[in-house]
Amino acid sequence: MMIFGLSIVFVFTAIITVAGALAAALMRNLIHCALSLTVTFGGLALLYLQLDAQFAGFAQILVYIGAVAILVVFAILLTRGAGHSEYKDFSNRWFGGLALAAGAFALLAWAVVRSLPDNVTTGAAPAVTVQTIGKSLMSTYVLPLEIVAVLLTVALIGAVIVAMPESSSTKAGGR
Amino acid sequence: MTPLSAFLLVAALVFSIGLAIALTRRNAILVLIGIELMLNAANLNLIAFWRFGEHAAGHADALRGMMFAIFSIAVAAAEAAVGLGLAIAYHRHSKTTDLDAMTRMKG
Repeated sequence: MMIFGLSIVFVFTAIITVAGALAAALMRNLIHCALSLTVTFGGLALLYLQLDAQFAGFAQILVYIGAVAILVVFAILLTRGAGHSEYKDFSNRWFGGLALAAGAFALLAWAVVRSLPDNVTTGAAPAVTVQTIGKSLMSTYVLPLEIVAVLLTVALIGAVIVAMPESSSTKAGGR
Repeated sequence: MTPLSAFLLVAALVFSIGLAIALTRRNAILVLIGIELMLNAANLNLIAFWRFGEHAAGHADALRGMMFAIFSIAVAAAEAAVGLGLAIAYHRHSKTTDLDAMTRMKG
């Protein structure tokens, strides 16, 4: 079944993705924002699967829905409390930000529509198995893999140190 | 098969919504959410171009675009962890995550 020449599965996942992002932008409750963000991550994973990128799709589900969304919910719950209601949700200069974002979308959409013919030939789905990905991670991409390993270790230690309770000398005035 | 431009338009929409979140919301955690959305839109572009690009079967470069996206996912996860840790640390200090109230970061 087709809508405007697009498959109905694509239209459905695209609508889910964009609607989740819009809900995250507009809702007032932070937890609702985090949950609709999760919907967007799931929709993006489905789009990856439609692009025959199975590994990236499942990595997206594992990393974003499994880790980042949970982390965001925890951070919201930990930082909620005093002083939440006295502030407005949107910046005073929200109109300028909205205009900038709309301008960015107009520019991107103009470039996409102008530069791409609709009949880009799609070859057969590239045969990418987890085995080939693992082999090339261990051969061609071994240096980036090691750098990412170091980066993740540093980020983990750094995040723990930043979020750790401070020593008692500064705590006396803060609390 | 869905054309490439449809995926690129969805990615452009997600990117600009993320940009709008990062520019207009006042909560630091929501700004981080907006940045995550922008990174995800870039990943969608990478994978779409990987799928529609030309690559001979079995060629060593056949994986390049997807590898870029996978490493980008890993870096984005590290960024989220550090950013949320910073938000929690600042909240412990001054009991707010409102960006307009975050006027000093010197301890």
